Amino acid sequence: MTTPQAAAGMRQEREAALITAILAGEREKFHDLIRPYERQVYLTALSLVKNETEAEDVAQEAILRAYRKLASFRGDAKFSTWLIAITLNEARSKLRQEKRASLDSLDNHDAEEGDYTPAVLTDWREIPSEALEREEIRALMRQAVADLPDAFREVVILRDMEELSVNETAEALGISISLVKVRLHRARLLLQKRLAPLLRIEWKGKAKSGMLRRLPWF
Amino acid sequence: MVLNCRHVWDRISDYIEGTLDPQVRADVERHLAHCEICSAVLDSTRNVIILMADDRVFELPVDYSKRLHARLDLVLASESPEPA
Repeated sequence: MTTPQAAAGMRQEREAALITAILAGEREKFHDLIRPYERQVYLTALSLVKNETEAEDVAQEAILRAYRKLASFRGDAKFSTWLIAITLNEARSKLRQEKRASLDSLDNHDAEEGDYTPAVLTDWREIPSEALEREEIRALMRQAVADLPDAFREVVILRDMEELSVNETAEALGISISLVKVRLHRARLLLQKRLAPLLRIEWKGKAKSGMLRRLPWF
Repeated sequence: MVLNCRHVWDRISDYIEGTLDPQVRADVERHLAHCEICSAVLDSTRNVIILMADDRVFELPVDYSKRLHARLDLVLASESPEPA
């Protein structure tokens, strides 16, 4: 059986070989290099720009930039981490162009403070992945993510959606591991607070008695 | 140490990540065993995380990949990567 470490090592070797080939002139191999990361690049872009069309533009620009700068990639970082850092830079420069960055940083400041109290529910025991078959549930989740303060959204998208490790998230964002953990925790509680009651209402119609136990004081 | 609900909420993310000290983890588990509120908060937070990782939440725009590779083709045909 292949361990995850061995699989990661093989991927890294395969990528290193592709990069060498591309730099030696086999340019079309860049398609293969980039294909496993298309989704990740798009989500990363979306974590900052929040608009699908802009996110696609940013993703394309980031991938073109990665191609042009490929010779400066150092094998000591993972290719995916490097690519995500490029994407975040591309998204930020897009935001700067639109002069939205200054407003967002004010929002972030407020959001770092404050009290995080979770929604208290006792009726969400099962893993509700069937719920995602419904577009309105997916839309609720996208909106909840979009409404997070920027600093939280970046972290939660990299860690919980793209499933980078905490260390990789810190590296891609250029922030400390402890800041990743703090933001991740707050982002998760904000999402829990926002989504748990909404999803509970969504399911209320479907669920018959018994499943939905309310606390007497809730 | 006996934890109250607030303490447990503050540690929920680290608990899910599995990064709490063994002693703190044991304290959290002791609290969870008898606190229905906190175990519900834990379950729902965990569920939110599971849902977040599901590819169906954020679908790629239709033909995103096709457009990307078409644009790449144009650039790959006319440019080499820049020298280091």
